[in-house]
Amino acid sequence: MSEAILHGGLILLFLAVAATSVFTRDTFSAITAFIVYGLLLGLAWVALGSIDVALTEAALGGGITGALLLRAASRLRHADHAAETRRTGPASHGLAALACAGLTAALIVLVLSLPHPAPSLAPLAMEALPATHVGNPVTGVLLAFRAWDTFLETVVLVLALVAIWGLTSDAMWGGRPGPVQIPEPDGNLAFLARLLPPFGVLIAIYLFWVGADEPGGKFQAGTLLAAMWLLTLQAGLIDAPVLSRLRLRLAIVLGPLVFAGIGLLGLVVSSGLFAYPPGFVKACILLIEAASTVSIGVTLCLLVLGPPERPATP
Amino acid sequence: MNTTEWFGIAAALLIGLGLFGVITHPMLLRKILAFNLVGTGVFLLFGVIARRGAAAGIDGDPVPHAFVITGIVVAFSASALAVTMALKLKSDTGESTFPDDPPADAPDPAAPPRP
Repeated sequence: MSEAILHGGLILLFLAVAATSVFTRDTFSAITAFIVYGLLLGLAWVALGSIDVALTEAALGGGITGALLLRAASRLRHADHAAETRRTGPASHGLAALACAGLTAALIVLVLSLPHPAPSLAPLAMEALPATHVGNPVTGVLLAFRAWDTFLETVVLVLALVAIWGLTSDAMWGGRPGPVQIPEPDGNLAFLARLLPPFGVLIAIYLFWVGADEPGGKFQAGTLLAAMWLLTLQAGLIDAPVLSRLRLRLAIVLGPLVFAGIGLLGLVVSSGLFAYPPGFVKACILLIEAASTVSIGVTLCLLVLGPPERPATP
Repeated sequence: MNTTEWFGIAAALLIGLGLFGVITHPMLLRKILAFNLVGTGVFLLFGVIARRGAAAGIDGDPVPHAFVITGIVVAFSASALAVTMALKLKSDTGESTFPDDPPADAPDPAAPPRP
């Protein structure tokens, strides 16, 4: 009974916040609502029994996506007013509402008619997990059973960054992204940017290490690293990196390269692509996770920063 | 009906709500935000399916959970690309919305000339 009240209340709350983020006029309020929504959705994932997803959703879905949208909104601020004039009429709104209500109704029917008993790969995953020497089944799925998917997914991050850098204007190629942040040495942001990163980095390393056996892993750890870097950048304590630096680019591709290398090694020393050598499964998984944590952290931060906009030396 | 199915219904509502935002908001940034709502709704459906598949002593099927984690990261990459394109549109044309559709009877500038 108490579970019903808790879960029902949570659902009503995040639906209300989601509705706010769609219906409010002011863009900044909408983004703030979206960040709150991301955190509430993290709680919903806890209620659904997955701490791994809850951490990822709260950090990436709410936090870093929120930072991305806020940065963009502050640049588009003056365009808000012009956009208002393009608002479509009530007739087309009604039509859109009708179509969306129809989709929702169809999805609800689908949810209520899901098969009993539910199909599940959990028994198979748990049965094969001891062979990986990893205790967290989600990490086992990500890095052993479906390693190919996860490898491609780390490549997607790099591709997105390549696409974003592809939008650079010729004159700025190899420069620094974003505007110069004027540091405010006694401001709150500078204080937090000095206080939090040591803890953030420590927690990130912990999340990476513990991810083998408990909820956590490279995505959560990398997101936290990216957040710490963004915080110090935003406070103006350090300048944005020069995007043509070889070391930076190596950090971006380190994770995919190590992942691909170990995956290809499987063809030689084991039974096939992404088959880890027996006895070294956990070592391989930890190596991939460590390299990927660095790459994911760097890449996520650079995805938020966007293409270079000013020369490397002012 | 148990609370897991309530989350499924909430996911369906989120998808509808997000889609409505994508269609009706003129500003591209708001469309991107609304599209993210659709994404989280889809992920939540995965969560419901994973929860229903709880077996073998764990709280949910780990395979959909792993998909959702990769999905969240890919959704973020796509959003970052979309935001960068919206900013590029703004810096090149000064617009933060898609251009208006030309009237239906206007000649299409991209169409090849009629013989």
